[in-house]
Amino acid sequence: MLKTIELKRTVTDSNDRDAALLRAELKRRGIFLLNLMSAPGSGKTTLLSRTIRDLAGRTHVGVMEADIASSVDAERIYALGAESIQMHTDGMCHVDAGMTRAGIDALAALRSEIVFLENIGNLICPAEFDTGAHKNVMILSLPEGDDKPLKYPLMFRKSDALLITKMDAAPYFDFDLDTVLRRVRALNPSIRIFPVSAKTGEGMDAWEDWLLAQWEEWKHA
Amino acid sequence: MHELGIVKHVIRTLGDVAKENRVRRIGSVTLEVGEVSGVVVEQLLDCWNYFRERDPLVKGAPLHVETIEALTLCTACENVYKTVEHGKTCPRCGSKETYLLRGNEFSIKEIEAETDDAPPE
Repeated sequence: MLKTIELKRTVTDSNDRDAALLRAELKRRGIFLLNLMSAPGSGKTTLLSRTIRDLAGRTHVGVMEADIASSVDAERIYALGAESIQMHTDGMCHVDAGMTRAGIDALAALRSEIVFLENIGNLICPAEFDTGAHKNVMILSLPEGDDKPLKYPLMFRKSDALLITKMDAAPYFDFDLDTVLRRVRALNPSIRIFPVSAKTGEGMDAWEDWLLAQWEEWKHA
Repeated sequence: MHELGIVKHVIRTLGDVAKENRVRRIGSVTLEVGEVSGVVVEQLLDCWNYFRERDPLVKGAPLHVETIEALTLCTACENVYKTVEHGKTCPRCGSKETYLLRGNEFSIKEIEAETDDAPPE
């Protein structure tokens, strides 16, 4: 006999719980995890490469590259001497907590203290699934345009920090930084915003100082 | 595809529910989907029909979708209007100081299930 069970549960309920468990596990293991989200081609790997170089000697950075296919990104990071693994989602548009845990386990034998999860290049789905990360960081590259906060509000709302990359290309695009700042702050008043160029190094100090300060705060929380 | 991932999450959450409620088999599943939740119902059903045949817990179970109309509140004139027709701009006073009241939902409302009612040991 069939009976009706009322649930009123979010679809992602099992993932939300798994993500909370993973966050606590990582705290015990001393791994500070950041979920890096953006559109394809925003310069995630270039930004990470620069950040890894700049932080050398101060902390050990590990990177989990999530892509639908290929391992070109992990090879770029590995070439810098950082610990990296490549995850394949086999067509899935986002990374969830279970996949993140598998990635962390693959990195576990290593000595990373700060780990970046480079999520799938996509402004929609990654914002909807909690990966278990301690901080969410979004990248918006200048050529993508200043209208993105209007079109993809959820990711701006879910992020703790926003990096506006490729600032060195500003003379070639109609991108109004003040308009973006206003639009992003309307969605998320507490978000930290860093305009940077990984190529020239502009703004990288402010971003790296914030990152290290967040890590220190997390360690002592 | 977005809906593929969502269906996997629905099935995983149903697995948890089944354990908690001593469910042997699920006869049907009802979802509540807001008009502006970004979910394409046709694709969701296609993905469901594919995956349900691969999991004995939900094998053959139909997926029902109840749509929730999206409504937006204007904070300037307190008008409540239909989001899909008018978007972010209030049709009465033209203000953009508006926010979504409902329509972003995406939840599992209920299931029909065959349970194992033997008392716990």
